[in-house]
Amino acid sequence: MRVEADTEVCVGSGMCALTASHLFDQSDEDGSVILLDPEPSAPDAQRAVREAVGRCPSGALSLVE
Amino acid sequence: MTDMVCPITNGLPTHREQPLDPPEVLGQLRSEQPIAPMTFPDGHRGWLVTRHDQVKAILADPRFSSRASAKHLAFPSDRAALDLEGDMPPGQFEHMDPPEHTKYRKLLAGQFTLRRMKQLTPRIEKIAADHVAAIRRQGPPADLVKDFAVPMSAQVICELLGIPVEDRERFEAASSSLLSLDISPEEAMGAMGNLLGLLGELVQRKAVEPTDDLLSGLVSSGELNPAELVGATLLLLVAGHETTANQLALGTYTLLREPEQMAKLRADESLIEGAVEELLRYLTIVHIGVQRTPLEEVEIDGVVLKPGEAVLLHLPTANRDPKRFPDPDRLDVTRKALGHLTFSHGIHQCLGQQLARIELRVGYSTLLREFPELRLAEPDVELPMRSNMTVYGVHRLPVAW
Repeated sequence: MRVEADTEVCVGSGMCALTASHLFDQSDEDGSVILLDPEPSAPDAQRAVREAVGRCPSGALSLVE
Repeated sequence: MTDMVCPITNGLPTHREQPLDPPEVLGQLRSEQPIAPMTFPDGHRGWLVTRHDQVKAILADPRFSSRASAKHLAFPSDRAALDLEGDMPPGQFEHMDPPEHTKYRKLLAGQFTLRRMKQLTPRIEKIAADHVAAIRRQGPPADLVKDFAVPMSAQVICELLGIPVEDRERFEAASSSLLSLDISPEEAMGAMGNLLGLLGELVQRKAVEPTDDLLSGLVSSGELNPAELVGATLLLLVAGHETTANQLALGTYTLLREPEQMAKLRADESLIEGAVEELLRYLTIVHIGVQRTPLEEVEIDGVVLKPGEAVLLHLPTANRDPKRFPDPDRLDVTRKALGHLTFSHGIHQCLGQQLARIELRVGYSTLLREFPELRLAEPDVELPMRSNMTVYGVHRLPVAW
């Protein structure tokens, strides 16, 4: 599983970081998403990534499986 | 069908059978006609959407616009009319579409990241503790709206923006007038004028003598002109203050009415984060919902929405959708409530939501910890609710301990 982030689309709501702070962070510049682990392999991490993608308000996050 | 829901002919129904539940007719609509035709009070014919998945999808759909000029009053209210028609400065980016909106959002989002907001936690804890100390000195009883929720959230947002202590009384006077139900539209306009004047002076001062705060940072970025700076700051102030204060007070009232849930929270502090989300879901204080307008013809689940038809997305009813949240009308602080739409969804989702979460967590925890015997001081009195205000809540919350 690979997660991709479009920082142009991102609005910096922080939902991904709230859902999984070990997998997502935000830029101090414009709040946009920073991927800490673009290819998570642990089942827990994959589940958290799926939740974060579902909650992303702007559609900036997507999954490539 | 024998139980057809009445058509919505005069704006959003606002009569609540229970003070903490959305009007029953809206729940009925959600199951029978989740995208229902609605005639707004000005005669405009648009739509009312009440199902969680549909509300969420529309909020994320770029074919829908947020422009103020296409919005209509959802129910007759002098105050809401002022918000829409008043002489507002530019910079109100909640009413903008991309790319105009993008400039503001990108400029501000870096200031409200989860990490930055978490760093404010000790300061917010200190502010909450100071207000509790003041309450102890004067009480019991105390009014948790006037003595805790409003001043706490005002102080947090003033410090973050950089409104100096010497100006805060003026700010709080103007802002509490705007929060009050008992003032005329003229007085509200006057209070808004005072607030705008104060912000205009501040913007000028920060340009000459920058300090370490959000407003100085915005001024020095050079991205916005003075009028846009005033407008954007006004939005942050009002959005950051009135909402949090009301959710803090109304959430506390809710817990006082639900002693079992309160007991669970007292017994296990680790439940607080989930409880904050559940109270956000359960109460959904933006009780008017939010509006969008299709820019082109859009079909959703067989219903055709035409360009220009106002679509009212009713967040409180969507957050009580049984398909999304089992047993939705029950408050359950152990529920997994994230995924609620209280902060909206899409590109306009609340910029300050991570700050709000921390303020609410600190606010509720401080009250529960400091007042083990917290109770309603007038348990038999029906508290007046903010039914006609833009943000729902209690006007006062008298407590004893």
